Amino acid sequence: MKILVAVKRVIDYNVQIRIKEDGSGIVTDNVKMSTNPPDDNAIEEAVKIKEAGKATEVVAVTVGEEKAQETVRKALAVGADRGIHVKADGIIEPLAVSKILQKIVDKEKPDLVFMGKQAIDDDCNQTGQMLSSLLDWPQATFASKIDVKDGKLEVVREIDEGLETIEIATPAIVTCDLRLNEPRYASLPNIMKAKKKPIEQLNASDLGVDVAPKIQQIKVEEPPKRKAGIKVSSVAELVQKLKNEAKVI
Amino acid sequence: MGKESMEYDVVIVGGGPSGLATAIKLKQLDSELNVCLLEKASEIGAHILSGNVFETRALDELLPNWKELNSPIKTKVSKEKFLFLGKTKSLSWPTWLLPKVQQNHNNYIISLANLCRWLAEQAEALGVEIFPGFPASEILYNEDGSVKGVATQDMGIDKEGNQKDSFEPGIELLGKVTVFAEGCRGHLGKQLIEKFSLSKNKNPQQYGIGFKEIWEIEEKNHEEGMVMHTAGWPLDNSTYGGSFMYHAENKQVFLGYVIGLDYKNPYLSPYDEFQRFKTHPAIRKIISGGKRISYGARALIEGGLQSLPKMHMPGALLVGCDAGTLNMPKIKGSHTAMKSGMIAAETIIENIKENKDLSIYEEKFKNSWVYKELHAARNVKPSFSWGLILGIIFTGIDQILFRGKLPFTLRHKHADHETLKPASEMKKIDYPKYDNVITFDKTSSVYLTGTNHTDNQPVHLKLKDPNLPISYTLEKFDEPAQRYCPAGVYEVQRENDINKFVINSQNCIHCKTCDIKEPSQNITWVTPEGGGGPKYGNM
Repeated sequence: MKILVAVKRVIDYNVQIRIKEDGSGIVTDNVKMSTNPPDDNAIEEAVKIKEAGKATEVVAVTVGEEKAQETVRKALAVGADRGIHVKADGIIEPLAVSKILQKIVDKEKPDLVFMGKQAIDDDCNQTGQMLSSLLDWPQATFASKIDVKDGKLEVVREIDEGLETIEIATPAIVTCDLRLNEPRYASLPNIMKAKKKPIEQLNASDLGVDVAPKIQQIKVEEPPKRKAGIKVSSVAELVQKLKNEAKVI
Repeated sequence: MGKESMEYDVVIVGGGPSGLATAIKLKQLDSELNVCLLEKASEIGAHILSGNVFETRALDELLPNWKELNSPIKTKVSKEKFLFLGKTKSLSWPTWLLPKVQQNHNNYIISLANLCRWLAEQAEALGVEIFPGFPASEILYNEDGSVKGVATQDMGIDKEGNQKDSFEPGIELLGKVTVFAEGCRGHLGKQLIEKFSLSKNKNPQQYGIGFKEIWEIEEKNHEEGMVMHTAGWPLDNSTYGGSFMYHAENKQVFLGYVIGLDYKNPYLSPYDEFQRFKTHPAIRKIISGGKRISYGARALIEGGLQSLPKMHMPGALLVGCDAGTLNMPKIKGSHTAMKSGMIAAETIIENIKENKDLSIYEEKFKNSWVYKELHAARNVKPSFSWGLILGIIFTGIDQILFRGKLPFTLRHKHADHETLKPASEMKKIDYPKYDNVITFDKTSSVYLTGTNHTDNQPVHLKLKDPNLPISYTLEKFDEPAQRYCPAGVYEVQRENDINKFVINSQNCIHCKTCDIKEPSQNITWVTPEGGGGPKYGNM
């Protein structure tokens, strides 16, 4: 069984996001970038399944600029066998990414495709679902537990009401939740070894996918600042303020 | 079970200007050498914080074609100012009356973090293996006592010291020579200085704490290339310190403040002095209408030549500010740090190829321009122990009339942890409230550093005596850690009439001030799990 894992390079989750002065986007120069956190869970799960003897190969794929390769390299350092980097510059929308992944699936013929449930930069939460539709494969989103069975997957999903357990046939798409596992650290010797693992370089245009954005981004702005709170001296004053000033009761 | 080990010709600890210059020079001298460099930050540059007005002398020697290599050194200094601040007034000091070391017209305004990122690219292109996110946590010794290498930190240890599922043991990195380039108050450097008595017959090291904020300001207030320094308000005559404001590219100014850690009043809060400083009319008018986009702090070396330890020992060298090569009157250490690394590289080549002892470093260092610079600069900082006014007068005589050639050397008498007076003898300082426009509280400042440490890991700020902060330091000094820490790591909380000392180690921005200033030397900074700490951008 072969598992394809899609990983994305995003601004590190600790970094305070700053908006460009003209509102045209986010400042990314000299900003620390990392793998999208739930993508780390996706890689970890794939590697665990391989270590359990239920998969034979884990392939990491990313779509993005030149430096996005670092994200694949990190996946190789924690156990992926080889990588694919599809070069594309600028904002690549989920539809374009899923079309590129469709082409990669056609080529690689994996049994499972894993990825994070959503990326922390645009928060779209669409790529997995769109890929499922394009391939007409079953999907299990927000997975917090995955059991690989013969030709089937049992997946526990994190849903609003609690947990849902479903069974789907493979090949399938699984999008991973942060609760799925605890990603391992890349050890120094494994980082060294990862430098020698192969990464195939492709261009989005070679795959015949149009990556031009379909959505026009008009403006990026910061959320309005919260006003400072006040201390009230009595319950009566609180009620009075809620009634007359905030007008919520 | 022993740790896995990897062998290199040279292991370098720290990816700042000195470590990277060592690495580059080594590969230039012998491309066959196996050189690796460890960095505790999640990427090169993320723990670098500096003014910085950069003198290119060392870089001109290391990479003479740096201008063609798309280096991030773009903004030449075009104008200089030096102001003495009173509470509301300011007096501009004519620049022709400044000592030569404080004139910057051939220098550049840069982000040292970006310079390091670029140096790391040059080093990697030469074949240096760089490992960010791997703090060296332990020194390894051979049986004969010489340094054998370092071990990296174990990853995946919980608060109680147990291995988590994700446990990943550290690795031993063994080098024919190990170079320690951790920067000011490196935690391994500190152990080496102690073990090999490298500071014997030297004056106690002197430190400062430096703050930096980056502001994006209104176009009308911005003068790209302008360098301004101030002395005076808000510090009193007996406290050593001053500010810098550098107008960089893209309407940004690098605004900062340095305070000598030999201050005496335990109520002094370096952070609040910096915040207050920004409200001075001469400063406020420049940053008004602007936006603060970065904050950070880091301790720096101020001791100069008198306090510079021996930099060689069997199997290892100390370079840059892990030893203390900063030139205080010049307010610059990047060029001297780089040069000290380049000299280290030459020493190592002769050591490995010709079997010469590493002690040849001393002679080479003495014959270099770094030594001449530091020698000429040596009397400036100690003269300020007589106060700002006398310090300035003496420095004028020493630096302008005698160009640092006075036939005597002033001493640093005390280590910084010995200078605090009991709280009962000192006046409380009433700092103004933060306005959230020009001045900000520590929490919102720390937020900008992007600092984080994985929770459920051992506290990396170790107390030798866990009771001392409350039983002694609170009583005698009103626990100054609450104030000298620029990130609000230390708090005294009162619960049911009992005082409790709280260490919020996840906030730590790796400045090392606590390790330096704690009056009983009760706090030791050790390496947290790899990748922890601030995520500075272009600091």
